[in-house]
Amino acid sequence: MKFAVLVFPGLTCDLDMYHAIEETVKQDVEYVWHTEADRLDQFDAVLLPTGTSYGNYLRPGALAKSSPACKHLQTFAESGKLVLGVGNGFHILVEAGMLPGGFLRNQSLKFRSARETVRVENNNTAFTNDYTQGQMLTLPVANEFGNYYADEQTVKKLKNNNQIVFTYADGNIDGSTEAIAGITNERGNVLGMMPLPERAVEAIIGGTDGTALFQSIMNNRGEQHVN
Amino acid sequence: MTKVTIYVTLRESVVDPQGIATTEALQKMGYEEVKSVRVGKMIELQLDGSEQTIEARVNEMCNDLLINKVIEDYRFEIGEVASK
Repeated sequence: MKFAVLVFPGLTCDLDMYHAIEETVKQDVEYVWHTEADRLDQFDAVLLPTGTSYGNYLRPGALAKSSPACKHLQTFAESGKLVLGVGNGFHILVEAGMLPGGFLRNQSLKFRSARETVRVENNNTAFTNDYTQGQMLTLPVANEFGNYYADEQTVKKLKNNNQIVFTYADGNIDGSTEAIAGITNERGNVLGMMPLPERAVEAIIGGTDGTALFQSIMNNRGEQHVN
Repeated sequence: MTKVTIYVTLRESVVDPQGIATTEALQKMGYEEVKSVRVGKMIELQLDGSEQTIEARVNEMCNDLLINKVIEDYRFEIGEVASK
């Protein structure tokens, strides 16, 4: 399986994501700079790392839309292949219209770097099948705009389609709607999440609860996963 | 050349953490008459085009990039750029 780490200007954790693939599933992984995104079709999964794309100017993730990479990413996702966006990568997926909702500044008005208890709300996805339903994970977060917002109608839709994949289980400090920490698109092949699984793949950096996420992707090889 | 000023505010249904913090700060300073503050932003464009096309184009720009309609509302004013 071939993984691409898609890098926009200002994303800083591309190395972490690359390392996570090497450390967990030991597959081919390559950096793809956003201006080269026309070759995404050579890959099986695209990983969008966190950071501060385009300085988070205008709104976090918004200016990434000015790169043709977003169009290529949309085409890639429409083909049914897997896309994972974490942190600012989640912001980009929302701003590109690939996932519903929006992001607000954290309720605390602080940049928060911490570990959160995250509950697996749906283990029947291409990204979570190696977890058990309801499993509690400890995952790092590091963001200023982790406050996910969705209106009532969107939340209803997310619930009906089982698109809520992760929630914060021990308080909801950033203030996310319904304590949402991660969602998929309707088809289930695009996942956005604020907690950072790529920073939890080795005991030496404080935990391994992110490992099973990358393993889940491998378990699904060649399958179509629709919720 | 025309100047367009776009005012961006969070939608009424969206909790504004900056606004809440600012409300509390003002009240602590003795401005007890302040019941609520909403913090938004202003975007200023200078552009070419006739008045009819500008309105449609600016709406398009707002929808395409400048606004996230899930969380934000906007309105704009069209004016002339003063010649120097």
